[in-house]
Amino acid sequence: MNSMTTTDILWHRVATVQDIPENGGACALIDGKQIAIYNFTRRGEWYATDNLCPHRQQMILSRGMIGDMQGEPKVACPFHKKTFSLKSGACLSGDNYEIKTYPIKVEDGLIYVGLNV
Amino acid sequence: MNTEKVVVVGNGMVGYKFCEKLLKKDSSRTFEITVIGEEPRPAYDRVHLSEYFTNPNPDHLTMAPVEWYIDNSIALHLGDPVQKIDPSKKCIYTLQGKTFAYDHLVIATGSAAFVPTIPGVEKDGIFVYRTIEDLDLIISYAKKSKIGAVIGGGLLGLEAGKALMDLGLETHVVEFAPRLMPRQLDDTGSETLQTKLESLGIKIHLNKNTSFFDGAASVTALQFADNSRLEVDMVVISAGIKPRDEVAAKAGLEIGPRGGIVVNDALQTSQQNIYAIGECALHRSMIYGLVAPGYEMAEVVADRLTGGQKSFSAFDMSTKLKLIGVDVASFGDAFGSAEGATKICFEHKEKGIYKRLNISADKKHVIGGILVGDAEQYNMLLQMVNNKMVLPEHPEDLILGARGEGKSSGGAGVMQLPDEAVVCSCESVTKGALCLAVEEGNTDIGAIKKCTKAGTGCGGCVPMVNDLIKETLKAQGKVIKNVLCEHFDYSRQELLDLVKVGGLKKYDEILNQHGKGDGCEICKPAVASILASVWNEVILKQDTIQDSNDRYLANLQKGGTYSVVPRIAGGEITPEKLIVIGEVAKKYNLYTKITGGQRIDLFGAPVHLLPDIWEELVNAGFESGHAYGKSLRTVKSCVGSTWCRFGVQDSVSFAIRVEDRYKGIRSPHKVKMGVSGCVRECAEAQAKDFGIIATEKGWNLYVCGNGGAKPQHALLFAQDIDEETCIRYIDLIMMFYIKTAEPLTRTATWLNKMEGGLDYLKQVVIQDSLGINEQLLREMQLLVDTYHCEWKEVVENPELRKRFKTFVNSTDSDAEMAFEPMREMKKPSNWTV
Ligand code: SRM
Ligand SMILES: Cc1cc2nc3c(=O)[nH]c(=O)nc-3n(C[C@H](O)[C@H](O)[C@H](O)COP(=O)(O)OP(=O)(O)OC[C@H]3O[C@@H](n4cnc5c(N)ncnc54)[C@H](O)[C@@H]3O)c2cc1C
Ligand code: SF4
Ligand code: FES
Repeated sequence: MNSMTTTDILWHRVATVQDIPENGGACALIDGKQIAIYNFTRRGEWYATDNLCPHRQQMILSRGMIGDMQGEPKVACPFHKKTFSLKSGACLSGDNYEIKTYPIKVEDGLIYVGLNV
Repeated sequence: MNTEKVVVVGNGMVGYKFCEKLLKKDSSRTFEITVIGEEPRPAYDRVHLSEYFTNPNPDHLTMAPVEWYIDNSIALHLGDPVQKIDPSKKCIYTLQGKTFAYDHLVIATGSAAFVPTIPGVEKDGIFVYRTIEDLDLIISYAKKSKIGAVIGGGLLGLEAGKALMDLGLETHVVEFAPRLMPRQLDDTGSETLQTKLESLGIKIHLNKNTSFFDGAASVTALQFADNSRLEVDMVVISAGIKPRDEVAAKAGLEIGPRGGIVVNDALQTSQQNIYAIGECALHRSMIYGLVAPGYEMAEVVADRLTGGQKSFSAFDMSTKLKLIGVDVASFGDAFGSAEGATKICFEHKEKGIYKRLNISADKKHVIGGILVGDAEQYNMLLQMVNNKMVLPEHPEDLILGARGEGKSSGGAGVMQLPDEAVVCSCESVTKGALCLAVEEGNTDIGAIKKCTKAGTGCGGCVPMVNDLIKETLKAQGKVIKNVLCEHFDYSRQELLDLVKVGGLKKYDEILNQHGKGDGCEICKPAVASILASVWNEVILKQDTIQDSNDRYLANLQKGGTYSVVPRIAGGEITPEKLIVIGEVAKKYNLYTKITGGQRIDLFGAPVHLLPDIWEELVNAGFESGHAYGKSLRTVKSCVGSTWCRFGVQDSVSFAIRVEDRYKGIRSPHKVKMGVSGCVRECAEAQAKDFGIIATEKGWNLYVCGNGGAKPQHALLFAQDIDEETCIRYIDLIMMFYIKTAEPLTRTATWLNKMEGGLDYLKQVVIQDSLGINEQLLREMQLLVDTYHCEWKEVVENPELRKRFKTFVNSTDSDAEMAFEPMREMKKPSNWTV
């Protein structure tokens, strides 16, 4: 795995664009941490969040359906369909949960996720 | 700031509601609330007590959990009755010896069942029907009983009768008066109801005065004054209520001659700082045995304590019987006893319908009435009475429904109500408040319940609230229809037609042409289901629009593993195949269980091993069992005439044929079927979406049943038909269902909502009244012909197979997955929260 550093973020190269299904997600293991990566083809956007759903502590969000709620991009947990903003990590289905989001970028068909050092 | 102590005696429905209302009004937290209840659990919904028989989990009835009291700083003291009130010391004393001081005391002790002093009443096997504990006793005693009798043919007695019947007892209802529900029904109403109840299997005995209960330690018979006798194993007494005024009486508060704590319009007892509310209170010589007036009393006292001036006045006693399977309602002046009143009656003996409207002497208003057999107009009529609305030109339309072309009955009328009309009487919510809430954007019943509380009490107003939502939106110029979600302004049925006509096969295409935004977890699976029903292509071509289970062709389990259910058509399996399942389970360390659907479930497969597991199963001749899909699940069979000494047809062969025909077909919700070899019905076919039962001459076809949370028996669709006709009917009904049902609607709900119901469905299918049968059959045949095993597609397609991975950048397995040993196998560790 290649890494590059910008300020205090450490960028990890995790996969190629083809590895992540269109309008869907996949899970990357970065330093033992599970990060969900979403290829929001429809919006031409990429997102990265925790893979852990805070509702029942399940490692699953990368297998959730993505979409939007009034324009806000979101992911729905496959277990009980709690939904979370891909931008802010806030729970959009009315509970007091939050997930972490991470910076993500694509260069030359390669995906990089940034974690704080 | 000084706080004042409010002590509430009794944590029943009304006592609870009082706390809720006081909290709401007491924004400055002037009051310190203590609640003392005799029952061991926090207040529960007694009105829906009978639901405890079908769902014996008391939490389901709880008004608010213990945490609610904690969160709101209410001291809740349960399981300890108040024994004594000392008005001079302003203290109360409990049985366990606790003392609480009060500034204001609210007595909400409710009532107890009235038990007449009939000799022998103390014998075993005689019960009352008031608390969860009473029901527990009844349920356990019923297990060793065959015949049960209810004493009392009133509202509650009939509810208890239905409960006994549901517990499997031969059920008798014994009433002293010459008619049922004597306080609500007239003679014809009672006769109609009696016929209905008897057809449900409840035996009715009128004019019966019980002189003693016979039996040694336990009751064995009722002996009546007319010398007749009824052998019984158990008795439920439901002869009325007796206010719980004993503690108040000892404290010297004024009590009515026949019980009840006397209160004034402010609900104060003879002691100014002691209030009584709910069923224990006697207001102007009246005990109200219903929850709505109790809630109104709670409102008045909460208002008074916080400086308001509300007072309680006479309350409407209109009622609708619930649960019994027969509509019965009585409202306003049910007997037309007002001076000069006239009546309009409608009676249809065969259908068991009786309706009566009482009209005022000036012929301008409805003043009350009775509905038996069909009480759909109850809410509207009650509103007309309560709001003194002027009668339409042909008042008979009110009970007969508008007849002739182009006239609508039902819904529209609600908008004519004045804004002050109280639609939800439990929570006193007016039509005006409801319309306002809808205008503010609360456009479904869930949102309305949350923001206005309407419909959260007895629930009787829910149909009317729904009509109001619809009509308010309509009045705002909004087109009301069932739309999928914020991304599609179409119902499932409309979208299906658009997909088909437009030849659309991709979700994105459909969203671009007919929707907006980026889609969501509601429309994606709905469209996926439509696409599968119309084109039947490999669903994983568009894996990211599939619901959790469909996405991986397996059921997602706790901990993130999946379960694998191979198809075992009709439940028939060879020893060789059984061995393969066993070997696969052993090799991959899977937990195995026989399912409720006559097949075997292999649990605990991580996502990356699914294709390998399927490959081994497929090679041994198995297919996907679609346990994950909204599609045909199992066709359950009994062994039938091949082996069974009672069987009249070969149910296993037919079940396998049916399962093979419909396997893999996607539908709005899952579909289950069953085939039994004779009337003994060992395959439980009548609990399925399609149930087939052998007869001497062929098969009986039952449709639209289900188990699950709201069980409903399937209805007889056709009798003594041959296999071909049976298949043809199933083809037609199933395709009609696929094309017209809302998403995630089982066939039972679909039929329940269908205008015209079973008769209409028969016309469509048997008489081809819509002229679409040929098309439906063609469409079904396409689905049958394009069947493919979804597992096999993955096993054989390296591109699809690649997607079954835990991580994109590592071959590690998920280290977070945790298992624990259980008996000789394993289980996932429990949720940690
Ligand atoms: C495995 C099984 C329980 C068992 O161990 O026996 C089962 C397991 C599940 N049932 Fe079931 N049901 C199973 C037989 C039943 C039955 C009994 C039957 O089919 O004879 C019923 C009642 C009959 C009926 O459906 O009418 C039943 C009524 C439900 C319901 C309620 C449906 C309803 O309309 O109310 C759900 C919820 C739903 O589908 O939305 C459900 C949902 C589920 C799900 C799929 C929940 C989910 O989405 O993951 C469970 C998956 C567990 C798992 O991880 O595999 N299951 N489920 C049974 C599988 C049968 C099979 O071989 O395919
Ligand atoms: C089976 C059934 C069906 C019903 N169906 C309907 C219906 O369809 N519609 C309708 O409007 N109404 C219905 N009712 C009536 C409705 O449940 C009552 O009107 C309502 O529960 C009255 O509330 P309450 O708080 O006054 O009394 P309760 O709910 O009886 O509560 C009083 C509480 O006070 C406690 N208590 C008594 N004495 C003491 C003491 N000394 N110290 C501490 N606690 C004490 C009791 O144990 C009880 O928990 C039904 C009742 C039953 C039993
Ligand atoms: S009844 Fe509930 S817990 Fe049991 S298998 Fe079905 S869904 Fe799961
Ligand atoms: S575990 Fe994610 S919603 Fe429940």
